[in-house]
Amino acid sequence: MADEHEAPHHIAPLSTYIFVFLALAAGTLLTWFASTIDLGWMNTPIALVIATTKATLVILFFMHLIYSTRLTWVVVIASFVWLGVLFVLTFADYLTRYWAIY
Amino acid sequence: MTALAHDDDEHVHHPFLQHQFEDLGQQHEASILGMWMFLSTEILFFGGVLCAYWIYRTIYPDAWAIGGQQQNTLAGGINTIVLIISSLTMALAVRNAQLGSRRGTVAMLIGTLFFGSVFLGVKAYEYTRHFHEGLFPGVHFTWNEVPALAPKVQLFMVFYWGLTGLHALHMVIGVGLLLWFIWRAWRGHFGPDYYGPVEVMGLYWHFVDIVWIFLFPFLYLIPHFGVHHG
Repeated sequence: MADEHEAPHHIAPLSTYIFVFLALAAGTLLTWFASTIDLGWMNTPIALVIATTKATLVILFFMHLIYSTRLTWVVVIASFVWLGVLFVLTFADYLTRYWAIY
Repeated sequence: MTALAHDDDEHVHHPFLQHQFEDLGQQHEASILGMWMFLSTEILFFGGVLCAYWIYRTIYPDAWAIGGQQQNTLAGGINTIVLIISSLTMALAVRNAQLGSRRGTVAMLIGTLFFGSVFLGVKAYEYTRHFHEGLFPGVHFTWNEVPALAPKVQLFMVFYWGLTGLHALHMVIGVGLLLWFIWRAWRGHFGPDYYGPVEVMGLYWHFVDIVWIFLFPFLYLIPHFGVHHG
């Protein structure tokens, strides 16, 4: 009776946390290093990719999303879909305002 | 055994099991889901400010690059590492609670409190410097190294103070919550069958870390190659 809701509480090994931490530290150094080189228009996308990768690692392992229920996945993914809508629709406006002039 | 007798047996339930939940597992999943619901509002809250930031960055890329050059990259970088360390200790606090180690949980929460406080200390140092450099928006904004771009650099600094200020406010709230959690962990409230609150505290702390993971490159590492100084 009481057992049907018992969640499978997964305890991640210590090595997982250490590895994720080292990856995050490496990502921080990498994003700083990349910012010191002139890569033209690529500088910004590279910084964004590194930051997004770091955030994904934090969400999956530190925030235990990888061990969470599907319902939690839906909420997390929906959050970022709406964030995407916010950015895409706003920039669809601002980035195209002068197209009619030029 | 009658249903009534069974109910009597059930009254030896966990002291922190709220009456609306059938068991601790259900309570745990509900709290995790609820916290993520809250964090989704936080994602869109910070997302809205960041979206405005990116609009102005595309309009005034040179002013943004110069604004970024006013930042202390070393302080920002150290703070990024400090916050990542605090996230590691926070994750390990949850793990210690899962394993039933009271001392381990308390120690890791104190570690998180320590590194969180170091972050705020470095931030306070940066804020003080910016204020003396005339980089606080409003009547105190006296920075004028590139006169033609000074008003736009001031706009960048509005975003700098706004975003880092909102982030620091979240850190201060987190530090307050940690003090409460250290007390609760010390009292032995958490264990393998009841660590949900520590996990939820961790979700909050890691979210604040993620915000900074984006703020560091956005505010300190803006591409400045070939910038036209006015």
